[in-house]
Amino acid sequence: MRRESLLAALGAIGLVACAWAVPWLKFVLTIALAKGIAVLGILLLLRAGQVSFGHSMFLALGAYTVAFLAPSAPEVLLLLPLAGLLGAGLGLVLGLFLVRYRDIFFGMLNLAFAMVMYSLLEKLYALTKGTDGIRVARLTFAGLEPDRPTQEWIMFGIALGLAIGFGLLVRFYLASPMGRALAGIKTRETRLEFMGVPARRVLLAAYVLSALMGGVGGALIGMTTRHVTPQLAYWTSSGELVFIAILGGAGSALGPFLGATAFELVRVYAAAAVADAWQMILGGVLLVVILFAPGGIWGILARRRQA
Amino acid sequence: MADWFAENGLLLGLALLDGLAYAALVFMVAVGLNLVFGVLRIVNVAHGSLFAIGAYTAASIGIFFASRGLPPWMSYVALVLAAVAVGAVLGPLIEKLLLRRIYGHEDVLQLLVTFALFMILEDVQKLIWGVQPISQDTPLRFLGTVDVPFGEDVIPFTAYQLFVLPGVAVATLLALAWFLRRTLTGRVIVAVTTDKEAATAMGIDAARIMLLTFTFGAGLAALGGALASPTTALVPGVGAQTIVLSFAVVATAGLGQIEGAALTSLLIGLGRSIAVYFAPEFEVVVPYLIMVAVLLVRPQGLFGVIETRRV
Repeated sequence: MRRESLLAALGAIGLVACAWAVPWLKFVLTIALAKGIAVLGILLLLRAGQVSFGHSMFLALGAYTVAFLAPSAPEVLLLLPLAGLLGAGLGLVLGLFLVRYRDIFFGMLNLAFAMVMYSLLEKLYALTKGTDGIRVARLTFAGLEPDRPTQEWIMFGIALGLAIGFGLLVRFYLASPMGRALAGIKTRETRLEFMGVPARRVLLAAYVLSALMGGVGGALIGMTTRHVTPQLAYWTSSGELVFIAILGGAGSALGPFLGATAFELVRVYAAAAVADAWQMILGGVLLVVILFAPGGIWGILARRRQA
Repeated sequence: MADWFAENGLLLGLALLDGLAYAALVFMVAVGLNLVFGVLRIVNVAHGSLFAIGAYTAASIGIFFASRGLPPWMSYVALVLAAVAVGAVLGPLIEKLLLRRIYGHEDVLQLLVTFALFMILEDVQKLIWGVQPISQDTPLRFLGTVDVPFGEDVIPFTAYQLFVLPGVAVATLLALAWFLRRTLTGRVIVAVTTDKEAATAMGIDAARIMLLTFTFGAGLAALGGALASPTTALVPGVGAQTIVLSFAVVATAGLGQIEGAALTSLLIGLGRSIAVYFAPEFEVVVPYLIMVAVLLVRPQGLFGVIETRRV
């Protein structure tokens, strides 16, 4: 456990050093941290053995919250919690229905809701400007409006701070009885119920928390890219989140951030090297990880630690 | 009500005809997905890519035939040829090189392997066929249009979409039902679906059945794509659209009977095309709304069987 904290601290310092040394990487790393926060939610559900193939809807909700409200309420410190709350609210409403289903049905129903959101964002042109997306208006930070480079640093800092905060939260959550019960859903749900633990409520709590983190991650993405499109909600975007969870390794709250950073870096460099085949390269990386390192990047690090 | 029909009857008729043709295509993809899931226990995300590659291959062969001055009926040979080629080449390749390595792994990993495959195939497709729309509609023009009487009006509709697509889908359904229930290989496939361990204990070579089923399912997806290719211009993203729709069909139908997949395809195909004509904003949403509504009432799907709870 102490090694994990040490690694997290080293990772955070590494990220700051990278962002400082290579300024354009700051953008990539901020996005990676934001996605990592959303992937923490996937990790929670994976503990219960459930795969959500639709979590991009919370990402899109958070991002569009920022895009819609920025003209009237440009305050970042207000928008972030609001996006999280809206995410949690949607998660609660959908979760009440979704936690009755398991496995393929759980995954596909999540996918269905995400696709509904995607097509609403795409088709309600008057409101969302369709596939063109919306440009995010100017933002203020605690009432101030700093210049562009400072803003980038602030966004990076907020993303890093939130990543650490949510990472710790998820770590405590997984160690708590609620987290242990999640693992029980995976192994044998009926036994859990025999012990008097309401499995659906355990899953619902995790689902709402994961939706909240999805909303916050999405808001960070919207604030960083300054442009939101329905593509955020498309099912391939949900697939990416699950991809990152497995790439990083589902064994630790550090995994999502390892995975997200690796994912975004591979994407950036692959797209620069071979513009038409970056998806292919990412797919190849994913295959190699699954076939040869099923524990993900965290699994590799953890194994070395034991040896 | 009567007024509404007088005003919109023609549109409704067109929506029904369109929906029927569309349902036929959806069925071809969904039934393969269902079959593969039944035997391999893997939700194949790349199934839609096989549909897309089947469509592109059919268009390419069709264009090649046309450039050689072959008669237009040969374009039908191109469709079948494309389906067989894609199924026979990609099916075994994917099963043997990839899927075979991950049987028995966690569901998430299996799902992601096919997701990775999907990403790779999407780019392969772009590298081979580019991003410009490709269209090859010889099979469609060859048969011309038919005037379908609808009340007092007639609707001109292409014979290809009216007869060929539903015809092939019904033939596939009947042939599949006969194959699975009456032939030895078919019964073995059903046995493996029901209980792989017991089937293996009876001396069934499950690995062979899995290879066979996957190849067959890939061929069905490719055939669906090939059949769809004359009706639309092919652009990247076709595979991604197809797969989410067939997911909806499979989840709505529940796992199991192929007749269930057929009826659900019809339900979703018609629902979608009615939306296309009357509420185009909700075109993409309708299949999922149907799915959610069905699962709300029947959590195991329309035709699924409830599994007993294990302690």
